[in-house]
Amino acid sequence: MEMPAPDQFTLSRKAEIVARLRAALPADVVIDDPAETRAYECDALSAYRCPPLAVVLPYSTEEVATALKICNEMNVPVVPRGAGTSLAGGALPTADSVIIGVARMNEVLECDYKNRVIRVQTGRTNLSVTGAVEEDDFFYAPDPSSQLACAIAGNIAMNSGGAHCLKYGVTSNNLMGVKLVTMQGDILDIGGSHLDADGLDLLGVICGSEGQLGIVTEATLRILHKPEGALPVLMGFESNEVAGACVSDIIRAGVLPVAIEFMDRPCIRATEAFAGAGYPDCEALLIVEVEGSDLEIEEQLDKILDIAKTHNPVELRRASDAAEAGRIWLGRKSAFGAMGQINDYMCLDGTIPVSQLPYVLRRISELSAEFGLDVGNVFHAGDGNMHPLILYNANKEGDLEKCEAFGAEILKLCVEVGGCLTGEHGVGIEKRDLMSVQFSALDLEAQMQIKDVFDPKWLLNAAKVFPLDATQSRRDGCPK
Amino acid sequence: MSQAFKFKDEQDLASFVQERVDPVFITGGQTRGVDLKHDRVDMTGLSGVVDYEPGALTMVAKTGTTLHQIEEVLKAEGQQLAFEPTILNTALGTSGASTIGGVFATNASGPRRIQAGAARDFLLGVRYVDGHGNVIRNGGRVMKNVTGYDIVKLMAGSWGTLGLLSEVSFKVLPMPAAQATLVISGINADVAVDVMTASLNTAFDVNSVAYDIAAKCAYVRFEGFEQSVKYRTKSLMDTLAVDREIAVLENDDSAAAWSNIRMLSAISNQGGDLWKISVRPTDGPQIVQKLGLASGIMDWSGGLIWAKLDAGKTVRDILGDIPGHAINLSAKTGLKFSNTNPALTHLQSAIREKFDPKGIFNPGLMG
Repeated sequence: MEMPAPDQFTLSRKAEIVARLRAALPADVVIDDPAETRAYECDALSAYRCPPLAVVLPYSTEEVATALKICNEMNVPVVPRGAGTSLAGGALPTADSVIIGVARMNEVLECDYKNRVIRVQTGRTNLSVTGAVEEDDFFYAPDPSSQLACAIAGNIAMNSGGAHCLKYGVTSNNLMGVKLVTMQGDILDIGGSHLDADGLDLLGVICGSEGQLGIVTEATLRILHKPEGALPVLMGFESNEVAGACVSDIIRAGVLPVAIEFMDRPCIRATEAFAGAGYPDCEALLIVEVEGSDLEIEEQLDKILDIAKTHNPVELRRASDAAEAGRIWLGRKSAFGAMGQINDYMCLDGTIPVSQLPYVLRRISELSAEFGLDVGNVFHAGDGNMHPLILYNANKEGDLEKCEAFGAEILKLCVEVGGCLTGEHGVGIEKRDLMSVQFSALDLEAQMQIKDVFDPKWLLNAAKVFPLDATQSRRDGCPK
Repeated sequence: MSQAFKFKDEQDLASFVQERVDPVFITGGQTRGVDLKHDRVDMTGLSGVVDYEPGALTMVAKTGTTLHQIEEVLKAEGQQLAFEPTILNTALGTSGASTIGGVFATNASGPRRIQAGAARDFLLGVRYVDGHGNVIRNGGRVMKNVTGYDIVKLMAGSWGTLGLLSEVSFKVLPMPAAQATLVISGINADVAVDVMTASLNTAFDVNSVAYDIAAKCAYVRFEGFEQSVKYRTKSLMDTLAVDREIAVLENDDSAAAWSNIRMLSAISNQGGDLWKISVRPTDGPQIVQKLGLASGIMDWSGGLIWAKLDAGKTVRDILGDIPGHAINLSAKTGLKFSNTNPALTHLQSAIREKFDPKGIFNPGLMG
């Protein structure tokens, strides 16, 4: 993955840039000691690293605005950062960029149960939003796997999903308002506790714009009352095709589970060796979770199990209490850790129409043989969001490149069958150069024109999302 | 002499826009009334369901397809549009039949929106002709997609000001097997909002709450499997039934009540302009009081007020500092939002200029 060469003029002005930031901001907000900026050299896509010019960690929206204004005036590229958990390189800096991180801004500003919203500063972690309201039996629905660590700022930038979005939707469906600081340093309030947008739905396009339109410092999020309970059922099948057909039948029967998770044999085996969850050794495994009162759970699980039985399952395990539910989820929740135990891996995130599941899984295993790299599949089957994990050896020369080439083939396959490159992780740098597989030049131009409006100089996270050659004239257009 | 242009093919539509210099107004099912003085593009020529995968809960359709046709195709598979699009013909006194393009272009979401989400939340992908006459795609036909900017959301509710939507793909959901509604009578608007809030803030998965201002009745709906609906209805009734008059409507009766709410039957026969006011749910009663409303519907737990007001009267001054906005749906061409933040207005105009540099799509709409 290539990044643009840093601008020499900006690098040469480092002292001047840092001095201006220091003069305008509290002393501990600006960091430029290389020993400290190194901590910000990468996010969770750790194969790519580059320390930034400086790091700014403001305490308030006004300080974010001050920093952005200075960077805009001095034509310094800015990389926004939440908790740095992006798997797509969304927070990867360039050597000539200033990172502006919201980690210090993590307060709850307002809990409004009557209107079912919470207003938070965006440095707050995803899980701690629920933490702020769970004593009153409320929760914030989007639940990315990294929810213990990831920040709401990053969730909004990437429009994060999670296992339970089949029922509750992704970030965009649960975001009602933001405080956005533009590259020019203007502070805008967009949306709020009312339900519909006034005029064009700017909130809709800001969510998922990967930090390219502004820095979101506050968010109004929808909170929901907790259901009475939830229980999963585990089912094992002899083939991926059969498991795929079972998913489709459950959905068609009118049951709407909160989650339908899928694991294939390589993943099941790795997970068993790692966590010992007692999963059956079969070709494909589904975990289906439903919510409600005891009676409602029973009614839904009965329907689901009846459907499953028509597909000759090799295993059916119904949780009857929280402890059994925990054991069923144990393997799924440790899947990524288990795969990491075996090897280095790259986690993909393409989405496909559910009907294409068997075909795509078969093609992935053929490609796996062609490239000579193993792959395990664990994903959200209800909405077709796949997570193939390609195993490679980071210490073996050429393996990362081979892995990336394999990954690109899988993502092209996702697009070919009517799906997309990324379902919840975002494009970042990782899928940037594959964007032309999914979109025409005109489709991309329409998207880039929105950035032109918000950030005419293309300073904000500019080397991401779009293929570098497509953005080059815009990035070069910025007077240095 | 004004003209109406109609195309069967997206490419012909694109060629038309490439050549076009003068403004055109975009019409779907003409349910909102049409000003015949201006040239129009009639989108009903682009019609038909392109793809429907019930097992994946997704459908793709050309935008001129009628809402009725879409709902019939879905019904045959036991599915539906969960955001329950509003049907405003009767309230607006127009004939015509809503198109799926019109539904998404106006983000027309009905009572279930409070729980299920709005039209914009169900829209997965679009094809549209922009102001240059280029055909642009965004989103797709899968439920989870964060590939590139979400222009899909921007198009939803843009009232045709950014481009001519030619194809939409959207998420559908199973039709519930059963439904029931609690009707709480003899309460005024602020008590109604308390009751509706209390109903939503339970574990009983209430999916719609609305209040009929003239009838002084609040409606609380449950949907799902039969046993589950029974259980939840009873549980909430036990929670709410302190000195209140509560009736239960089951299945067909429940459906009929919500059909009336969805079509605004309570105010259909009244004259005047139809206003849609979107505020924070707890601010609903204040709006009802300030406007002195004797009738109307307060949907979305108080967050959406539908009212008929004398022609010429405006709601914006009355909103004052209350966050939210209002639009007059009876206005044929001058439909405007009440955005008061100049910085946001500037961004919106700048986006519009990029998408439609010739300024030919629905001029005057949306301010």
